Amino acid sequence: MSFPLLTVTAALPAVGAVATAAVPAARRTAAKWLALLVSLATLVLAAVVLIRFDPDGARYQLTESHAWISDFGVRYELGVDGIGAALMALTALLIPFVIGAGWHDADDADDRADEQANRRWRPTQGFFALILAVEAMVLVSFAATDVFLFYIFFEAMLIPMYFLIGGFGDRAHAAGEEEGAKQRSYAAVKFLLYNLAGGLVMLAAVIGLFVVSADSLGQGTFSLPELLKARASGDLTMATSTERWLFLGFFVAFAIKAPLWPLHTWLPNAMGESTAPVAVLITAVVDKVGTFAMLRFCLGLFPEASSWATPVVLGLALVSVLYGALLAVGQRDIKRLVAYASISHFGFIILGVFAMTSQGQGGATLYMVFHGISTAALMLVAGFLISRRGSRLIADYGGVQKVAPVLAGTFLIGGLATLSLPGLAPFVSEFLVLVGTFERYPVAGIIATVGIILAALYVLVLYQRTMTGPIRRPEIEKMPDLKVREVAVVAPLVALLLFLGVFPKPLTEIVNPAVEHTLSDVQKKDPKPQHPVAEHAGSDDKPAGHGGGDHE
Amino acid sequence: MIGLLVGVPLLGAAVLLLGGRRLDRSGHWLATLLAAVSFVIGAVLFASMLGEDAESRAMHSKLFSWVPVEGFQADMAFQLDQLSMTFVLLITGVGTLIHLYSVGYMEHDPKRRRFFAYLNLFLAAMLLLVLADNFLLLYVGWEGVGLASYLLIGFWQHKPSAATAAKKAFLVNRVGDAGLAIAIFLMFTTFGTFAFAPVLSAAGEASEGKLTAIGLMLLLAACGKSAQVPLQSWLGDAMEGPTPVSALIHAATMVTAGVYLITRSGAIFNGAPDAQLVVVIVGAVTLLFGAIVGCAKDDIKKALAGSTMSQIGYMILAAGLGPIGYAFAIMHLVTHGFFKAGLFLGAGSVMHGMNDEVDMRRYGGLRKHMPVTFVTFGLGYLAIIGFPGLSGFFSKDQIIEAAFGKGGTEGWILGAVTLLGAAITAYYMTRVMLMTFFGEERWRKAPTPSPAEPDVEPAAETRGAYAPPHPHESPKIMTIPMIVLAFGSVFAGGLFKAGESFVGWLEPVTQFEHGHSPVSATAVTAATIVALVLGVGAAYLQYGRKPVPALAPRGSLLTRAARRDLLQDDFNHVVLVSGGTHLTRSLVYVDNKVVDGAVNGTAASFGGLSGRLRRLQNGFARSYAVSMFGGAAVLIAATLLMRAV
Amino acid sequence: MSPINYVYLAALLFTIGAAGVLIRRNAIVVFMCIELMLNAANLTLVAFSRMHGNLDGQIMAFFVMVVAAAEVVVGLAIIVMLYRSRHSASVDDASLMKL
Repeated sequence: MSFPLLTVTAALPAVGAVATAAVPAARRTAAKWLALLVSLATLVLAAVVLIRFDPDGARYQLTESHAWISDFGVRYELGVDGIGAALMALTALLIPFVIGAGWHDADDADDRADEQANRRWRPTQGFFALILAVEAMVLVSFAATDVFLFYIFFEAMLIPMYFLIGGFGDRAHAAGEEEGAKQRSYAAVKFLLYNLAGGLVMLAAVIGLFVVSADSLGQGTFSLPELLKARASGDLTMATSTERWLFLGFFVAFAIKAPLWPLHTWLPNAMGESTAPVAVLITAVVDKVGTFAMLRFCLGLFPEASSWATPVVLGLALVSVLYGALLAVGQRDIKRLVAYASISHFGFIILGVFAMTSQGQGGATLYMVFHGISTAALMLVAGFLISRRGSRLIADYGGVQKVAPVLAGTFLIGGLATLSLPGLAPFVSEFLVLVGTFERYPVAGIIATVGIILAALYVLVLYQRTMTGPIRRPEIEKMPDLKVREVAVVAPLVALLLFLGVFPKPLTEIVNPAVEHTLSDVQKKDPKPQHPVAEHAGSDDKPAGHGGGDHE
Repeated sequence: MIGLLVGVPLLGAAVLLLGGRRLDRSGHWLATLLAAVSFVIGAVLFASMLGEDAESRAMHSKLFSWVPVEGFQADMAFQLDQLSMTFVLLITGVGTLIHLYSVGYMEHDPKRRRFFAYLNLFLAAMLLLVLADNFLLLYVGWEGVGLASYLLIGFWQHKPSAATAAKKAFLVNRVGDAGLAIAIFLMFTTFGTFAFAPVLSAAGEASEGKLTAIGLMLLLAACGKSAQVPLQSWLGDAMEGPTPVSALIHAATMVTAGVYLITRSGAIFNGAPDAQLVVVIVGAVTLLFGAIVGCAKDDIKKALAGSTMSQIGYMILAAGLGPIGYAFAIMHLVTHGFFKAGLFLGAGSVMHGMNDEVDMRRYGGLRKHMPVTFVTFGLGYLAIIGFPGLSGFFSKDQIIEAAFGKGGTEGWILGAVTLLGAAITAYYMTRVMLMTFFGEERWRKAPTPSPAEPDVEPAAETRGAYAPPHPHESPKIMTIPMIVLAFGSVFAGGLFKAGESFVGWLEPVTQFEHGHSPVSATAVTAATIVALVLGVGAAYLQYGRKPVPALAPRGSLLTRAARRDLLQDDFNHVVLVSGGTHLTRSLVYVDNKVVDGAVNGTAASFGGLSGRLRRLQNGFARSYAVSMFGGAAVLIAATLLMRAV
Repeated sequence: MSPINYVYLAALLFTIGAAGVLIRRNAIVVFMCIELMLNAANLTLVAFSRMHGNLDGQIMAFFVMVVAAAEVVVGLAIIVMLYRSRHSASVDDASLMKL
């Protein structure tokens, strides 16, 4: 038995969470450093996973498999394909920044605990322990190849998220602190109930899947590799209607998490009310589990149903793209604006997933990673801005560029990444998604392209209203520029955006084979160009492909 | 080597932006030096290119594979052929001169370091644009110059007007960029690649419909970047940027990228006559549109911006003519790069001496005070109106000839439009010249509110005692670039024309055919000169013989419309801005009330239901007993019924 | 006499008990009615045991009696405590269980 790398990677933050929570109340700073160190160590392990992963090797690598609940065929099975490895790396990468940016987020609550001489309530320890707990659960979700195991962690991460959203706000509510607390608890409950509802539907589908597999195979199983093998060999067959219902059960849960229009309304509340680092955790890390699971479970297990649902899903994704962008334009609150922008971006991701082309799905996977980094950059800088002025309303700003040029500059770079400026990483992924969509569904591709114009609109309007113009308010006059800690948080993200924009190759190489596997699961092939250029035949020169106008 | 061309200015931008305050005192010289270095590299490459045969001059260098995805290959690779080379020399040459000029112009600006960083960033992006060997990399440069333009237009972003203008420029350009993106999608689905060489060589195989679609999308992109109707509205506002920026980006280089794109994709347009027709129409319309707008503006930079639009209209028109016009489009582009940059630098020099006044009605008689500026501006003026023997004469004349050479009714119409454009050009440029350098010295008197815009209050500084400006010549560091550009304006055209050297140079890339003009070349030249004389004469009668009113007269309907950019902004405002605002507002309402309302409604209805159900828990033991008995009875009855059935 | 008559009697007793539980308010009476129902059940068990010639039912009846005895002890204690604290043995007065 080889070294259980994936388990260790996921267990480290879990252990760290417990350890952080156990730090005595007086040693707040120690708890922060402990959490940061644990997250950095996890990052190192995730990097090892990425390095050890061999793009040309088996589909699932670094696998571990142990019996767990043998009566129900539930196993503790981990393994990563390229998509999972990339997303594990993203998660491990972002958590140190989340911790670094949230360094003082729990201080307020801690001061209040001090005032009440309440030594048993330790908000700082709790805050960082919860973040690490989320990290651990997300990592397991990305690595789980057992449907049931995935389900458990998919649901379990809601609990720490609930406390993070509800317990720690950024005292920047327009209607006063009390109203702010009310809004916060509303957002947390909405987040929890909405996602739990989706999870419940999924649970039904998970059980259904078990029953179906027990029917066909004699022995029920949740193991993804086994299910895929049985699907491919024809051992595991299901009636069309069964497959569609099961698909829907899974898809609804993932679409809520992703979130896809019209199941998105929890996101603006949750991101608006939580502190910026927690908002990043939601949109850049936790939500990615939804789109990841669409790729891994929906397409892999239910290929026929996926094709069946594609037109509707594409339609909803297009609505998400445009609707999210238009609503972002109409927002008055910086964080809600970023939330709606994320909805638009998730629309792109889902579009890419269901375009069923290698460009689309490869682009969607890259999009997940790059959107995580770019939103983190934008949102964390927005958080720094908000913490300076104590307001989330765009109208309360203006002219910040003059007093805090570095803050404004990084904010602009984050914004430009959000609007997918070429040269920054998100451009690569967005372009791939659009190309991949256009190949099979030209009209959808063109409609989605309108989204990039709208993205420019909401980003530039936000930048113009907050950063440019004359300084109208005295609070802004005294606003300090980014501090060393804040620069240390933002600078690596910006550097990564630039680097991956110019040289995304390492990531695409890892992702490509996984995408090919997924495409073969759904039995789709890329449409061939009508007039393939001879010199370019390159990798896919199948002799049959030269017939010209093959439209399907 | 080719990579260095892009890398050097990029390095400059990075160093200046990251270097912080330490570089405030020396950064501008570093930036200028790096611009000069890339010019030298360009010149060396040019020399080595001249040493080769005409057919084997193109160089290619692949750095690394950029986005490798199954079936989709984008390389970070450069291609330097004659067309790119022309641009490289223009960009780095004019770019270096303008860096030099900016050292003087921006001397007192506290953010000078950042200004030069952006200028270097622009150079890098623009060079990337013209050196890319595939459309995706070109797209990177394409948006890169858009970003640099955004940053530089909004350089004085504490002014809301500058910030708005910058945003507008980026957004309008984004519309064009979307066109370019769709064009790339189409190429990818048609050819399976978007690298220049394979796409252009295979263009003949694709159906005409596909080629037309690609061509129209490319045209949309060109319209955005080159400020052609209907995406021209941003260029006038872009004059909010510092004047060297207007000279470099919004006159000499970036705005001509559309012409480059169309010329570069010539093989696609050659196979799509319908698309070519649209290109020609766009060019012709913009040519007149820009010229008319240029006639009405009192802001010297906006008048020049109108002129830029109109001149690029000429180039687009020429590029739309196909192989008979590509070379002339590029030739006019280069000469225009010289004289229009010179004119803008002259305008900047005038503003520099006039306390940043831009209203030409507040100028007058400046030739005595700024002799160097006057002479260089005057040479640029003569070049742009096409005074025989100067650059503009040769390049414009050939476009007019090619327009006639298109043949048929089309040829006659296009010829007439280009001639009319030449006349209007002569008119508005003479107007600018006369209002600025000749006549009464109107700046000596305090300004009064303009009757054209009676509601606008005079600027704050004029409300008190009026201190007239002291016009003075600009320092040497600003005048030298102007002098160099004036030389270019005078001689470049003749040089290019001599022995058809320019056309021959470009031929391997753009192909060349002679048009079959129904009118002889001499007749065209004569007609051009007549148009020129008419335009100059009309302007002289209006602005030279009579004193120029210090206040803009109300003017005719056309003048008033032209002052407002022929109402395009009003159209945009009514249709796009307020329409869009209403749309987003109503969508926000829908999202809160309908979509989220459904969610909250579900929650509320569950809450209500459980409220009802809770009443069953009334605390009376006996009512619980009733429900127990009732439940048991129902169960038993059900069991019995099942049994019976 | 046919054992079926015992079953009828048990049904009658059970109905009386049930009606008592539902109708009466006095906790003691309700309690006695519950006992009546229990014993009705016992009677059926014994009757069926007899009818089937199987002793299982009788054994079950013993169990029920033991459980009932235990229940009486607890139940009466509750009623007494209730009476002490509220000076009433009406079950309707003890409606503290609702929210």
